[in-house]
Amino acid sequence: MIAQPAPKPEILARRAEIVAALSAIVPGDGVISEAVRLKPYETDGLAAYRQVPLAVVLPRTTEQVAAILRYCHANGVRIVPRGAGTSLSGGALPLADAVVVGLMRMNRILDIDLDDRLAVVEAGVTNIGITNAVAGDGFFYAPDPSSQLACMIGGNVMMNSGGAHCLKYGVTANNLLGLKFVTIEGEIIDIGGAHLDAAGYDWLGIITGSEGQLGLVTEVTVRILRGPEGARAMLAAFNGTEIAGAAVDAIIGSGIIPVALEFMDKPCIHACEAFAHAGYPLDAEAMLIIEVEGSTAEQDDLLNRIKAICERFDPISLKVAESAEQSLAIWKGRKGAFGAVGRISPDYLCMDGTIPTSELPFVLKRIGELSTQYNLGVANVFHAGDGNLHPLIMFDANDADSFHRAESFGADILKLCVEVGGCLTGEHGVGVEKRDLMTVQFTARELDQQRAIKTAFDPQWLLNPSKVFPLQGDLLPPLAAE
Amino acid sequence: MTLAAEAPPDEAGLAALVAAAHAAREPLAIEGRGSKRGLLRPVQAARTVSTRNLTGITLYRPSELIISARAGTPIPEIEAALAEKGQHLIAEPPDTRAIFGVDEAATLGGIIAANLSGPRRIAWGAMRDHLLGIRFVNGEGAVLRSGGRVLKNVTGLDLCKLLAGSYGTLGVMTEITLKVLPAPEATATLLYQVPDIETGVRLLSAGLGSPFSVTGAALLPGEPNLAALRLEDFASSVTYRTARLRESLAAFGAATVLEGEPSRGFWRDLRDAVPLAARPEDAVWRVSVRPSAAPAVVRVAEALGGRTLLDWGGGLVWVAAPPTAAAHDALAAAAAVSGGTCTLFRAPEALRLAVPVLPAEAAPLAAIAGRVKAALDPAGILNPGRMRAGF
Ligand SMILES: Cc1cc2nc3c(=O)[nH]c(=O)nc-3n(C[C@H](O)[C@H](O)[C@H](O)COP(=O)(O)OP(=O)(O)OC[C@H]3O[C@@H](n4cnc5c(N)ncnc54)[C@H](O)[C@@H]3O)c2cc1C
Repeated sequence: MIAQPAPKPEILARRAEIVAALSAIVPGDGVISEAVRLKPYETDGLAAYRQVPLAVVLPRTTEQVAAILRYCHANGVRIVPRGAGTSLSGGALPLADAVVVGLMRMNRILDIDLDDRLAVVEAGVTNIGITNAVAGDGFFYAPDPSSQLACMIGGNVMMNSGGAHCLKYGVTANNLLGLKFVTIEGEIIDIGGAHLDAAGYDWLGIITGSEGQLGLVTEVTVRILRGPEGARAMLAAFNGTEIAGAAVDAIIGSGIIPVALEFMDKPCIHACEAFAHAGYPLDAEAMLIIEVEGSTAEQDDLLNRIKAICERFDPISLKVAESAEQSLAIWKGRKGAFGAVGRISPDYLCMDGTIPTSELPFVLKRIGELSTQYNLGVANVFHAGDGNLHPLIMFDANDADSFHRAESFGADILKLCVEVGGCLTGEHGVGVEKRDLMTVQFTARELDQQRAIKTAFDPQWLLNPSKVFPLQGDLLPPLAAE
Repeated sequence: MTLAAEAPPDEAGLAALVAAAHAAREPLAIEGRGSKRGLLRPVQAARTVSTRNLTGITLYRPSELIISARAGTPIPEIEAALAEKGQHLIAEPPDTRAIFGVDEAATLGGIIAANLSGPRRIAWGAMRDHLLGIRFVNGEGAVLRSGGRVLKNVTGLDLCKLLAGSYGTLGVMTEITLKVLPAPEATATLLYQVPDIETGVRLLSAGLGSPFSVTGAALLPGEPNLAALRLEDFASSVTYRTARLRESLAAFGAATVLEGEPSRGFWRDLRDAVPLAARPEDAVWRVSVRPSAAPAVVRVAEALGGRTLLDWGGGLVWVAAPPTAAAHDALAAAAAVSGGTCTLFRAPEALRLAVPVLPAEAAPLAAIAGRVKAALDPAGILNPGRMRAGF
């Protein structure tokens, strides 16, 4: 288990007063303080960790957010910002002495400008909500995390989320123009705007992916793109993971950048096939899903090129979708991968390291060995073009030892990712989950530099403390808890 | 008054020099090969430190789409290495030699520190978007890293983006890793004559809003006004999309099509602002606005007797005009109307000292900027005055 900081007793003692003050800022049903209604907020996508917060406040306007932060700042109250709570790294995990500021009621689309190709939305608009708002005109918002039905743009910004199509379109950071940002002092600041590459320091860049450490985001201006004429997928299955890896290298080496290039290993293929009946080849050691875009003729051309490349690697199956329906069928298994693994194992941990793609065969072999060592199943699904791994470690949450082994297994995988030249997290963020592993990737001096920048924004460390950075100072847990 | 730059032979030497300057609270002007000395404000420092000896590509993996090089490596050297493997720098940074009237090519560190991107920025992102990792020396002389050498990485605060575009005021980058992409097999440019700037910007928006993956969208005001859209991909795709794009833009009249080298040359010139035809005595601005606000900026520039060139679908307006504070104020105000920003890109030193070369930040943000600067450069020795007076 990852240690949580000790709550500040003086804050716990002032709970009623804090709730009353927040209720004055967000009148009506804006504050939640009863135990049963706090329960849904006690965890996020990292469900193994739970903590009921001091209170939850659900502002509807940027001014309310500013007033909440001003109050918390003046009173030394910690804050945990929250979107949809789908973080897989425990980024939105509450603290006993913290107020959860939930942005889900700020869910209006404020402006859509097709000529300037942008949308201005509040932080609580879901990722898919943006695309839905512009899809009728043929546009879309490119980053598409698998959680896109639920997760919110504010959470996406704070996690710098990716998706299956970011090989071509980039991650959240590459698709933003501006933010409305509220500092811990309650100042409202416009960052960027409707234009590209605002002059001066790249505040947009440092805030994106900062996991709620620097301030709150209440509005986001995103770039929207015109969709392609069409898209089609193919499936290629191989006899070995290293063979599939070599095929990926050859495709990219040929000058083709598919919009998506997803990899699944045998356990994952089996789990997905049992769940989705997508027609995946069960005898394959590894499978690629490759998607290309353009007109039908362009798709044919690219898929033929890719097929020819795959044929050099003795595929045991090559299936090119002939229609949009067949593409959907190919994707169906992949899109349901997490759910499919959830069906064969009561619980799983989703890891998120990135590796240089050339290290893939070695890393998969090591993960296999670790699976034996820890006696836990693992299914690998990942974004092959960019080396972002998602090993799903299967365990049983009712068995403390199994959970403990799963956490150690996960930590070993992430250390391995760093060892081969990669990183701890490609898109899910550090959160609570990888906080204590930060010393594997960064020197003490590097972490101190990042902490100093956090301090520049949040001198008292009230914003989402105990995430991202290994605990120090008054965040250290009491010794008894060790 | 610039003394010869000191150019440490390696990162350790650079770090030691910065550490000593930090201890002595002695300001340093930081540069690569000095090609952009004329950009923004002159630095108030007696000593100049150059990364020009930190050169060489340290890692290049074409199939992983990454390249790493030391910060002092000249851009043309990197472009040549990429071209050998059929790849390129995605954001096609401008070659600023002509505009600054220097012989020295830009270094990789300088281009990143200025976050300078060319026409492809509109479709594929800025230099900062492809910045995967850096090694840098902070203002205390500590060698630090951020990011890495993989394409997806959200581990910790993204100092790469903070340092990109910070003009050497937060740290001295020593090694840089970028994402690169295969260079397209073919390219074509559709050229249209348009009656006015508004129509031109509308045409560019229509092109960028089409499903045909336009990778360049520029407008050259003049007699006649010329609007240009670029397509890049495999040859068969470019042929197909050229035809379809022409059809979909038929309402704007007939297009002339450039292919191959003439198309590439057109965008190379545009990237380097050659069609702006800035006279040696002119000042040059880069104004970043939402595309629909560009015509208003052009009108202001023309009223000042200036010339303009629009890139990024109208989102980037290059302006060349007589170097006066009044002209600067007018352009800054024109940018601000739509929430955009104006950068004084090139001007005689007197003007660069007299006006805010970058727009001022709101007070709460300026306060954060001061604290962030202090977090990285506590003694304030790195490039003082480069971006703002007294900063
Ligand atoms: C089934 C499933 C699939 C997923 N697939 C992907 C995927 O493909 N790619 C991917 O990148 N991620 C994926 N995720 C992870 C998760 O969905 C993303 O991290 C998402 O961006 C989180 O958004 P959210 O609204 O749920 O934010 P939350 O989980 O509520 O919060 C995320 C973090 O941001 C902070 N925060 C939230 N809103 C704000 C705000 N307005 N201001 C300041 N701070 C804020 C929180 O404190 C927290 O640290 C997946 C998760 C699940 C459960």
